[in-house]
Amino acid sequence: MTMAWPNAVSVEVPQKPRPPVILLAGNPNTGKTTLFNALSGEAARVGNYPGITVERRSASINVQNPNGSQEKADLVDLPGAYSLSARSPEEKITLEAILGLASNPVPSLVVLVVDAGQLARNFYLLLQIMELSVPTVVAINMIDEVSSPPSMPELSRCLGVTCVATNARKKIGITELRKAIDQALSSGTPPSINLDYPASLLGELGKIADALPESWQLTESRRRPMALWALTSIGDDELRDIPSELRLACENMRIVRNDHDLDLEIVHTRYAWIEDCLRHAQNKGLSNPPKRLMSERIDRVLLHPVLGFLAFALVTIILFQALFIGADPLIHLIEIGVSACQSVVVHYLPSGWPRDLLVKGIIGGVGNVVVFLPQIALLFAIIGFLEDSGYMSRVAFLIDRVMRLLGLHGRAFVPMISGFACAVPAIMATRTLERQRDRLLTMLVVPLMTCSARLPVYTLIIGALFPPSRLGGWLPLQGTLMVGLYGFAIVATLGAAWVLGRTVVKARRVPLILELPPYRLPHLRSIARMVVSRSGDFLREAGTIILLCTIVLWALLSFPRAPVHNGPAASAMVTHVAQSAQQLPGNARPQSDAERAAETKPIIERSPGAWIGRTLEPVLKPLGFDWRIGVGLVGSFAAREVFVSTMALVYGISDNDTGAEVPLRERMRVERRKDGSRPYSPLVGASLLAFFAIACQCSSTLAVIKRETRTWRWPAFLFAYTGILAWLTSFAIYQGGRLIGLS
Amino acid sequence: MTLADARLGELLTIRQVGGQGGFRRRLLELGLLPGTQVTVKSVAPLGDPIELLVRGASLSIRKQEAATVSVTVELKEQFRSGSP
Repeated sequence: MTMAWPNAVSVEVPQKPRPPVILLAGNPNTGKTTLFNALSGEAARVGNYPGITVERRSASINVQNPNGSQEKADLVDLPGAYSLSARSPEEKITLEAILGLASNPVPSLVVLVVDAGQLARNFYLLLQIMELSVPTVVAINMIDEVSSPPSMPELSRCLGVTCVATNARKKIGITELRKAIDQALSSGTPPSINLDYPASLLGELGKIADALPESWQLTESRRRPMALWALTSIGDDELRDIPSELRLACENMRIVRNDHDLDLEIVHTRYAWIEDCLRHAQNKGLSNPPKRLMSERIDRVLLHPVLGFLAFALVTIILFQALFIGADPLIHLIEIGVSACQSVVVHYLPSGWPRDLLVKGIIGGVGNVVVFLPQIALLFAIIGFLEDSGYMSRVAFLIDRVMRLLGLHGRAFVPMISGFACAVPAIMATRTLERQRDRLLTMLVVPLMTCSARLPVYTLIIGALFPPSRLGGWLPLQGTLMVGLYGFAIVATLGAAWVLGRTVVKARRVPLILELPPYRLPHLRSIARMVVSRSGDFLREAGTIILLCTIVLWALLSFPRAPVHNGPAASAMVTHVAQSAQQLPGNARPQSDAERAAETKPIIERSPGAWIGRTLEPVLKPLGFDWRIGVGLVGSFAAREVFVSTMALVYGISDNDTGAEVPLRERMRVERRKDGSRPYSPLVGASLLAFFAIACQCSSTLAVIKRETRTWRWPAFLFAYTGILAWLTSFAIYQGGRLIGLS
Repeated sequence: MTLADARLGELLTIRQVGGQGGFRRRLLELGLLPGTQVTVKSVAPLGDPIELLVRGASLSIRKQEAATVSVTVELKEQFRSGSP
């Protein structure tokens, strides 16, 4: 049965004319984003690092109509690309935007940004765009960095498009560029250019042109360049929605013309045209301008086998210190602020669950979000400096050899190392990576790094369960364990990257292309703007999820409420019980678990959280964990360090000003089962440490990955794989330990 | 010999670009075409990647990729990297 749509009759809606779209395209690292800012005045990320514009950014700018009046146009900043031939989905973004495919509006104009120091390579992309007869204006940017700039009128004449010399950082040439844009907008489609491709190639190309899908809506003049695009892109690509006839046509052509080097024929023809054009326009006797010479001198130190790595180590240490220690006072301040708010509310509101919800769920949850801001802001400020100065490319150049072993780009180093402080900013920092696949792989392994939230947990477990003895009489056991945990995290991270990079996020190898741009002074305002915009992104999107998680976890551990006669509030009751227990030192007979539970039974023991803990016990028992640790694990989801306070709650230890850690540590140390054995032996401790080192017990990490990948699929995968891996490792440790006679 | 074996500062001419598919195409598109002159400007401290000077601009690629580009030496020590 066919369905007839009742409203199939088309209704004429008077449409507002869409503003013209102007695309900003160019090779990576040509100052595209800086030019975008200069043209629009809008904040977009500015950097000195190839492939920085991963997101699509747009702004509304004023342009002049053919009839002389002003109108608005959309200026869109495209990702950097070396050519239009695309193998990966990211590379296809530029092509689709330029052709107006895949729900992109048809652009009125492309502004191609070119690095004045590398005209030939940059003109390759320009030529491809011109072949598609898209109206184009060329900005010869960073003109200050060449000593003998080419003549613009001559260059414009040779290329057949208007070229304007610009220096986007100093806002030089912007007025001229605007004028050229206005002119180009009113002069319509340029004639297509025809290069001297070998006749035999053109003859065969018709078959591919015939296979191009109708949906691409190609004009006659675009069929040939698009057939060339298909031939140089389809084959070993990762492109989606390529019709199978087109695939087949391209394959056939490669088989039929097996004896010809098709790629070379095409690329060679284009470069021949470019060289010919440049011969006319370029000044002879190119010499290195002062800026590049200066950069080479700096590089002799910063890329030196010894000095270079010393400088690199220094930068890494600064990054580390900033995240660990630099952010600390601010984090502390936030924590003081949060607890001040909490005590104000406690003071003025009557007790009961609404107050608890406000204090522990909402204010605590907001605190859990805001507490990330100092590290995020600092990390992005540092990244901004590294990228803007040009050093980030050197980091990649220095360390690529190591990162390559993991199947990662050299640029992944900064996000990885940031993982030692906190996975949340580290995951946000993966935006410096160009490829979706590299970003994903980094996000999936960074949570294995020993983040600072794990430290309180490690300190508690090591302090409580391991004696302060010395191994072999000299090596302090507790310290060694701590160092060992860091080593373990690094090995786990590298191992996971190696395995996941070859399985789950497998991708075709792409050649590494790095450019070492000249060193430049960082642009403070654009760094500040980037820091603000990143922090805002985090608050808006990941923040809401983190807040919700905190409220849910609070509810899990706080209901059902205690009957009214049992005391005003849970914590007060717990405190009371704990104090009364201390006041009876004469009570020689140790209370059994059951007796104590019957007497006091803090809310937490009857909460859904405890129920989860008990339900999990069969799963946790083989690892040596009892239900209490299960509750702690549930609680640690809000933030890992919450494990400590949740365990304290389970034991009815009040979290007073001096903190719960010391009494909790004592308690865990002396705790005995009915048969006199220790529920928290060093073996259990080792198993628990391994579990915490691996499992992604952190709702904030999962929330921020959801935000970055726009799907729950990857956070779910991360949670599952680290959970299973953690369980297996703890199982091996605990059961292995028991086999060799440890208890 | 290949680009990966070239010594610093030698003026080289590309004879052939090997490799396959899109990988090779990308090197061609970056201007590494047969007949093009190229110089190894510097090598990363860990031995990889290498920085090339090609068509008046610098470009860094991994040795693995450089090994697919066969070259002949035109001039030894044509210019030392960075010397003023």
